[in-house]
Amino acid sequence: MQTLTQRLANPTRFMELSARLLPWISGAAAILLAYGLYLAFFASPADYQQGETVRIMYIHVPCAWLSMMIYGLIALSSFGLLVFRHPLADVSAKAAAPLGAAFTFLALLTGSLWGKPMWGTYWVWDARLTSVLILFFLYLGLMALRSALEDESAAAKLTAILALVGVTILPIIKFSVDWWNTLHQPSTDFTSTVDPSMRLPLLVMAIAFTLLFFAMHLKGMRNEILRRRVKALRTQAVAGRDRLAAQAANQGAAE
Amino acid sequence: MQLIAEDLVIDRGSRRIIDGLSFAVKGGEALVLTGANGIGKTTLLRTLAGFIRPFRGVIRLDGGDDELTLGEQSHVVGHTNAVKSSLSVAENAGFWNTYLNVGLDSGQDPALRIAASLRHFGLEDLSDFPAAYLSAGQKRRLGLARLLVARRPVWLLDEPTASLDTASSERLVAAVNDHTSSGGLAVIATHLPLGLERARTLDLAAQRMAA
Amino acid sequence: MKSFWALLSRDVILAVREGGAIGTALGFFLVVVSLMPLGLGPDLNLLSRIAAGVLWIALLLAALLSLNRIFEADHEDGTLDVLATGPLPLELVTVAKSLAHWITTGIPLAIMAPVLGILLNLDLAAYPILVATTLAGTPAVSFLGAIGAALTMKTRRGGLLLALIVLPLYVPTLIFGISAVSAGAGPAGVGASFLILAAISLVAIVLGPLAAAAALRVQLQ
Repeated sequence: MQTLTQRLANPTRFMELSARLLPWISGAAAILLAYGLYLAFFASPADYQQGETVRIMYIHVPCAWLSMMIYGLIALSSFGLLVFRHPLADVSAKAAAPLGAAFTFLALLTGSLWGKPMWGTYWVWDARLTSVLILFFLYLGLMALRSALEDESAAAKLTAILALVGVTILPIIKFSVDWWNTLHQPSTDFTSTVDPSMRLPLLVMAIAFTLLFFAMHLKGMRNEILRRRVKALRTQAVAGRDRLAAQAANQGAAE
Repeated sequence: MQLIAEDLVIDRGSRRIIDGLSFAVKGGEALVLTGANGIGKTTLLRTLAGFIRPFRGVIRLDGGDDELTLGEQSHVVGHTNAVKSSLSVAENAGFWNTYLNVGLDSGQDPALRIAASLRHFGLEDLSDFPAAYLSAGQKRRLGLARLLVARRPVWLLDEPTASLDTASSERLVAAVNDHTSSGGLAVIATHLPLGLERARTLDLAAQRMAA
Repeated sequence: MKSFWALLSRDVILAVREGGAIGTALGFFLVVVSLMPLGLGPDLNLLSRIAAGVLWIALLLAALLSLNRIFEADHEDGTLDVLATGPLPLELVTVAKSLAHWITTGIPLAIMAPVLGILLNLDLAAYPILVATTLAGTPAVSFLGAIGAALTMKTRRGGLLLALIVLPLYVPTLIFGISAVSAGAGPAGVGASFLILAAISLVAIVLGPLAAAAALRVQLQ
């Protein structure tokens, strides 16, 4: 009996399986997102302190959660590539990086929009926002490194090494930013007490965003596999041209 | 001693460069790799040195030191010379002597060894000059002097005669002949016939046609 | 071990003889620090308050300038291939080269920092702490930087990419380096920051060579 990862290792089987799964995941994401948005904007109360702006939280918190989860996924894929040489691991890491950067950017954006009414300014060097900002830099580094390298298999491995370094240092960065923050200002911990009436919309939105990510991730992986197939076919075609030319030359010489 | 490659398959990117190559080189023998550019001579040499992991196949050195990898028992000379221009000729040679020599040498006096290597490649008068002053051919000879500065049983040479004149090529050929006659082995990629003793030729182009 | 010292001393000698890298780093450090008062105004109280931060940031940027040469030069002239067939595992090659970078960049910059502190009206009492923290913190700069240097060895415009990759990794060093100097009021704070800074450097000394050697193995292919 093969394990799931072993069966998924074959790109062709992955394409079949993902083609069957994708509509379900996308559909579930769409339905949950609609339901979550309804709960967030209509069926949940405004905060007694923050008023209507608290609804930004329903977008911000899922994005912040995804920003970390996706980095974890990239690190896991990188480990899979470097240690087990899993053929889909790099496809997964490559497809996840821009999505992670996008969700991290959304987390920063919604965070600063939320901050405006709360702190009176769009950006405060709050520990959480600062950590997320540095996480965003790590995503940018991953994408920049990959795009700077021409040889794709080397790019895959080098980016994987960087991702693993990042995931090792991330806790130290988090710790030092928290320390830095308590040194300069009292902690502004505003998400610790979430009213029960807000928990359900938050949970639904978190699940909806996670499913949305996985739908996009699967689609991104499929695109990447197709792109690689096209590239392989083109390489073969170019090599074939050479061989044909050589044969023609040989025949010409024989005649 | 024998260097054996069995059923070697090497991929670069999505291209298959070497497909099902097998050969053996005995101690005292030189194997000359020929074939057009892009046929995979450099790739094969870098695989033997251990830089590239073959897709399939086995490379082993029978009768070598089991504690060391093939790469650690090999001299690798590529297209570049590994010469630092702000070190003097003697310092360049001295560094490689100290760095590479550990555990492989018979305890010969390093200074004598360095001097003999430089003399063999006609660099003895230049030993105090910074390598920056050397011509391309002299730099190449200094790069090749590394072969003699530290003793290693396997030589992997990639186009070693590039930018050498006829007289210098003969010095190199003499060095390879000395090396094989004392039981060492060499794998040499080259375009030009070198006139080596105890040499066999492996034509990678013919090999590919057969495969 | 002989090979390790041979490599280390060769790299130090090369850096000293070629001289450019050390001189450029020191000059850059001086210019960046001198530009700060020009940008912020000559208010001495303000300057002395932010002196530690300015010095540390300028030091990181100055050290960054020479990082890309750690492996690039050896890759270009083929030395790296030969080093890889030597008796040292690539991890130790990386340690030797990072250590040489620290000796030729980290130490001169750390010695220069208090001199530049004068320009920023840094509190005299903070001088010993400043030297101690820069010496304890700069190994992390060299060893983490080696990861970036190995990853970007073959890329064009590698220097900018290197900065993007490596600077986020320097955040902990920066934070604790500055907090050790500017927490000058409380000795307990200084001690804690200093110890954490040293711990970060130790982590970097372990992590850097492992990751950089892995990257070099990929690059040699």
